[in-house]
Amino acid sequence: MAVTIIHQKVVWVILGMGLVTYVPRWFPLMLLSRRNLPQWLVEWLDLIPAAILSALLLPELVTKGMPRHMSLWQPELWVALPTFIFALKTKSLGGTVVIGMALFWLAQSII
Amino acid sequence: MSDSASPPNKHDFKTPILQGLSAAWPICLGYIPIGLAFGVLAQKAGIHPIEIMLMSILVFAGSSQFIAVSMLSTGAGAVSIIITTFAVNLRHLLMSSSLAVFLGNTTRKKLSLFAYGVTDESFAVNHTRFSRNNWSLDRALVVNHTANIAWIVSSVIGGYSGQFIHEGAFGIDYALTAMFICLLIFQLKGRFYVITAVIAGVVAVILSLIIPGSSYIVLASIFAATTVLGIKKWLLR
Repeated sequence: MAVTIIHQKVVWVILGMGLVTYVPRWFPLMLLSRRNLPQWLVEWLDLIPAAILSALLLPELVTKGMPRHMSLWQPELWVALPTFIFALKTKSLGGTVVIGMALFWLAQSII
Repeated sequence: MSDSASPPNKHDFKTPILQGLSAAWPICLGYIPIGLAFGVLAQKAGIHPIEIMLMSILVFAGSSQFIAVSMLSTGAGAVSIIITTFAVNLRHLLMSSSLAVFLGNTTRKKLSLFAYGVTDESFAVNHTRFSRNNWSLDRALVVNHTANIAWIVSSVIGGYSGQFIHEGAFGIDYALTAMFICLLIFQLKGRFYVITAVIAGVVAVILSLIIPGSSYIVLASIFAATTVLGIKKWLLR
């Protein structure tokens, strides 16, 4: 049944969530963007994207469930291999997304 | 990528919008099924579509919104939901730090607006292009807000109507994964980046298996970047 009233608690939760999500997004931009950073920090920050993307991606490919457990026989991993090769060869973001989706769709319909 | 080859042209203000849109569409494609799914789930948990909209506007962080909804439906307290959100979204601290390097010449107002739209996906797309020196804050803002609109609209539609798109249709659930694969390849600009990615990935998998929640992302990233910087300094001494 649809709830038609706005709950006060939910609104407070949303406001709190908004604040604690915004501050970590905002603070480093204010703190770091207008000053000369030490060379080691620039180099460290330059490595962060590769680290974060890999840390986001790999667990999605080889684990599943709550709590997580290893799962190597899932289409997420096996579709990733040809998608990875396609991306490496073409360097096309849009193309990779389309190919990845198509292969995943195919893999799911086979299984 | 052919769609980003031309350098910014200051005399043409259509260009930032078009280039921003062409960078944003893979993100939107990925957000639509997740936004719909979030809306459906939230509505089932008794959350009104207006509250769903409010959350997608004010929070704009997918995984923490899913977690918040499931915590709300189990009757968790407001403070514990907010603390969990903070922990889940702390990884944006690293992303904004990494983006700050490119954003020296701008106003605080614009930076504050940009900060709002920093997500895993917009960060990866914008950072890739900033680091190739063919990106501007205006283009990055177009990416952030296009993705933001896709997120808000799809979550509200999900909240009102249940799922329009049949689950798993067209492999759309894989859109963001495929996008991350390609964006990761863009970041592998040399051997140190490859080593960083390998360490971060392996450590993230191990940590994700042994500690609950999503803190593995931040921990593995900091560990990998610090280790590789250490190796680099030691080798080049």
